[in-house]
Amino acid sequence: MTVTEDAATTQVQGPDKEVGKARKRKEDARLITGRTTWTDNMVLPGMLHLSVVRSPVAHARITAIDVSAAKESPGVVTVLTGRDLADEQGSIPCAWPVTPDMKNPGHPSIAVDRVNHVGEAVAVIVARSRTAAADAVELVDVDYDLLPPVLDMEEAVRDGADLVHDDLGTNTSYHFVFDAGEAGTGGDTEQAFADADVVVSRRFVNQRLIPAFMEPRSVVVQPQGDNYTMWSATQIPHILRVMLAMVTGIPEHKLRVIAPDVGGGFGGKLQVNPEEILALLVARRLGKPVKWTETRSESLMTAHHGRDQVQFIDVAADREGNVKGLRVRLLADMGAYLRLITPGVPALGAFMFPGIYKFPAYRFECDGVFTNKVPTDAYRGAGRPEATFAVERIMDELAVELGMDPLELRRKNWIQSQEFPFTTVAGLEYDSGDYDAATQQALDLLGYPELREEQRRRRESNDPVQLGIGFSTFTEMCGLAPSRVLGSLSYGAGGWESASIRMLPTGKVEVVTGSTPHGQGHETAWSQLVADQLGVPFEDVEVLHGDTAVAPKGMDTYGSRSLVVGGTAVLKAADKVIAKARKVAAHLLEASEDDLEFTGGKFSVRGTPGSGLGIQEIALAVFAAHDYPEDVEPSIDADATFDPVNFSFPHGTHVCAMEVDTDTGFVKIRKYACVDDVGTIVNPLIVEGQVHGGLAQGIAQALYEEAVYDADGNLTTGTFVDYLVPSAADLPHFDTGNTVHVAPGNPIGAKGVGEAGCIASTPAVVNAALDAVRHLGVSDIRMPLTPERVWRAIHQGGDGGDRATAGSNAYGGAQTETTAGVSTPQSALGGDR
Amino acid sequence: MTRVSMQVDGVTYTDEVEPRTLLVHHLREALGKVGTVVGCDTSNCGACTVHLDGQAVKSCTVLAVQADGAEVTTIEGIAAPDGTLHPVQKAFHEMHGLQCGYCTPGMIMASIDLLKENPDPSDTEVREGIEGNLCRCTGYQNIVRAVQQAAGELSGSAATPETTGAQA
Repeated sequence: MTVTEDAATTQVQGPDKEVGKARKRKEDARLITGRTTWTDNMVLPGMLHLSVVRSPVAHARITAIDVSAAKESPGVVTVLTGRDLADEQGSIPCAWPVTPDMKNPGHPSIAVDRVNHVGEAVAVIVARSRTAAADAVELVDVDYDLLPPVLDMEEAVRDGADLVHDDLGTNTSYHFVFDAGEAGTGGDTEQAFADADVVVSRRFVNQRLIPAFMEPRSVVVQPQGDNYTMWSATQIPHILRVMLAMVTGIPEHKLRVIAPDVGGGFGGKLQVNPEEILALLVARRLGKPVKWTETRSESLMTAHHGRDQVQFIDVAADREGNVKGLRVRLLADMGAYLRLITPGVPALGAFMFPGIYKFPAYRFECDGVFTNKVPTDAYRGAGRPEATFAVERIMDELAVELGMDPLELRRKNWIQSQEFPFTTVAGLEYDSGDYDAATQQALDLLGYPELREEQRRRRESNDPVQLGIGFSTFTEMCGLAPSRVLGSLSYGAGGWESASIRMLPTGKVEVVTGSTPHGQGHETAWSQLVADQLGVPFEDVEVLHGDTAVAPKGMDTYGSRSLVVGGTAVLKAADKVIAKARKVAAHLLEASEDDLEFTGGKFSVRGTPGSGLGIQEIALAVFAAHDYPEDVEPSIDADATFDPVNFSFPHGTHVCAMEVDTDTGFVKIRKYACVDDVGTIVNPLIVEGQVHGGLAQGIAQALYEEAVYDADGNLTTGTFVDYLVPSAADLPHFDTGNTVHVAPGNPIGAKGVGEAGCIASTPAVVNAALDAVRHLGVSDIRMPLTPERVWRAIHQGGDGGDRATAGSNAYGGAQTETTAGVSTPQSALGGDR
Repeated sequence: MTRVSMQVDGVTYTDEVEPRTLLVHHLREALGKVGTVVGCDTSNCGACTVHLDGQAVKSCTVLAVQADGAEVTTIEGIAAPDGTLHPVQKAFHEMHGLQCGYCTPGMIMASIDLLKENPDPSDTEVREGIEGNLCRCTGYQNIVRAVQQAAGELSGSAATPETTGAQA
């Protein structure tokens, strides 16, 4: 472990401190015994059930809807169509207009006269039971006048292309540019390329993925007079409440949103869902509680997807391997509509393409493109995995072009540890780190020299199973986010977080956080923070969250922000509690405030050991309020809101050793080692778990997962049979480690860990596979690296991507092949799928 | 409607069910056994795994009528009556084998069955043994550790797997 000693932090780590302890989670007790409160568990008296009738076609005019048979179906209370709800449904909000002239077609929760993707809601069944609602779906008769589906981004941006939204006159939502020369953060990119010895250009496809949280989305709405309580499987109860008010016109103070136990999100529940709006509208209309819970097929088909970029990337360098410039042009698939931060995802990535390298010039351009597919939006990493993939892949390509070792090329160009804080060509100020140290530790974990030797042996003996080693030396921007920076990027809200601490009469402590967990372990980690800061037992702290009536202010959980921003707010609130308690302590101890010291939860008069008053005793004293200073209120409770001044920048080195069977195209991760620097580690158990989970999802993008649409716009990976979320047998053991360079931007020193594994791992895996077969003439393989694609790339050239094989399991599991991506003259899917 | 009777977590329930009712929906909606959850509709994810006459089944692939006369154990029924956790529950907690916890009931029920079949599974045997249960949070490594730790406890051996979080 590498620790910098000089960085500013108010946190002291030591054996008697909670911070740094592998505390087992408080959350687990209810989760391992089945005493859970998932939204779908909720049953209310008189509750009605919703089922959604969905479009089976990608692009069409609705010419007629006949709901009469459905209305007569047993148990059906009513059936509502888009026409019934058109005047009150508003539009699903988009909070991130990335350019002033961005085109937003609006996003109805239920289609009125046109459908723009398969799965779009066209009618809502309201029935007495879940099954009665489901049965009636089949009875709704909708007439569609088919329109040509727009499915391929490169086709969609050509002149004369069919349009998703006729009235916009284009399929391009926006053109976003960041030019370092114009921004004053770098040189002239065109000049850099003109002067370069070497230019390497590539086109990468960062395929469409599905977040695939395990708990399907679910929402329950209870009307009480003109008040409405919504339980929802959401990451963002606070944002959702604001947005529900803005969309439906129901005043915000009449709305309460509760996120009870939430079963994963990964960005997929960072959304204002059409079904949440519909449930609220139906509950309002009928004055009855309603529930909607999706099936897995509905989830895969209609919950937002992630990634989906075509990346054109050029790197310029001199012969010695010094990088001179970076140029990125993206086509980013928005899908049919703009949801909450759909357009912002690639824009967030714009600042991360330069990675950890000292590019003197950089230009980024992105077209957000509409297609007749479900909208994309945040998925674990949100823009940063796409950027990291592109830069880490092109660095390998440049190394090949220059005949250099890929690690030597990286080392030559990355920011040195003594250069922090370092302002990048994208204008970000990287806070701290040591890329050399993390890399060396990762190589040690992997057993690098032995594997390189084995690779040489296999290559020399022409072994059918070749070995490759791939790197990803990455950083990411976390701790979303400084509110002023978000403002400068036209994001619709701030990035602060709120916390309050309530000191109860018995000395127990309630910590209220606006950061809403769904598996991350906030209750445990926040308890550790507060136990240290207030000097109270870990067990005496209860963390409250996820209910806008209990935790009224918050910005919720995404972007590896919770500990960095939300945890800091908790510490700031604790500091205020201590400051308020100090006045009471001074009064009760008949001492001057200045003579008091606070250690281990106790105020004592300096130089008078033994005397003193615990903060938990002071809580009781102000509850009784019989004796407290004249000039203070009888309370030591406190609130705090923390707005960071900078992002934090976790970094790490991930190394993958990959076996590729050149006869079958079968790939197998031989060993995976990574060393992440996430700043101060509050709970090593949780940090390691977050890295593991991120690795699984990042590796899954490289090897298994892809949302595939056929030529008509049907999602052919619409079940877990076809969309391959890896099982335990599909993933390797991970060897993980950490270096620790504290983040200077917050008192905890934490940088964020939720997305690291997911962002870093994908290019390491692909680079490893390519390293195994590059000598056979392979320079790219389209993700996911199915055996078929790998085999085709080896034996037929190209990137193996002309034919998609989704759902095949490289480790010998279920093989379900779809030929959805076959290029036909009618479909413009081409080689993308 | 068909009358079914089954013992669930030690209590006998008799109900009228539609013949098409899946066991998982019967458990959740009629009996209030909401600890068992639904994660998919194709029997891929295993979140709904329970024990039917002592064997792990995905309760979304069993009709309630098929469980007539059977003994069903869910995640809610495996701890001792005094609340002492089953060794597998305890191991999932100790090895951080869960994050959001949605797959956990099924994962624990599948793991108990696995350990009955193979009391001392290797890493690979655990991975293959729980292949029918999907987890999106953990990357499975700590689940594997948990199952192996529980194996040690159930067999009374002192051998425990590598402690998680030790390097930090």
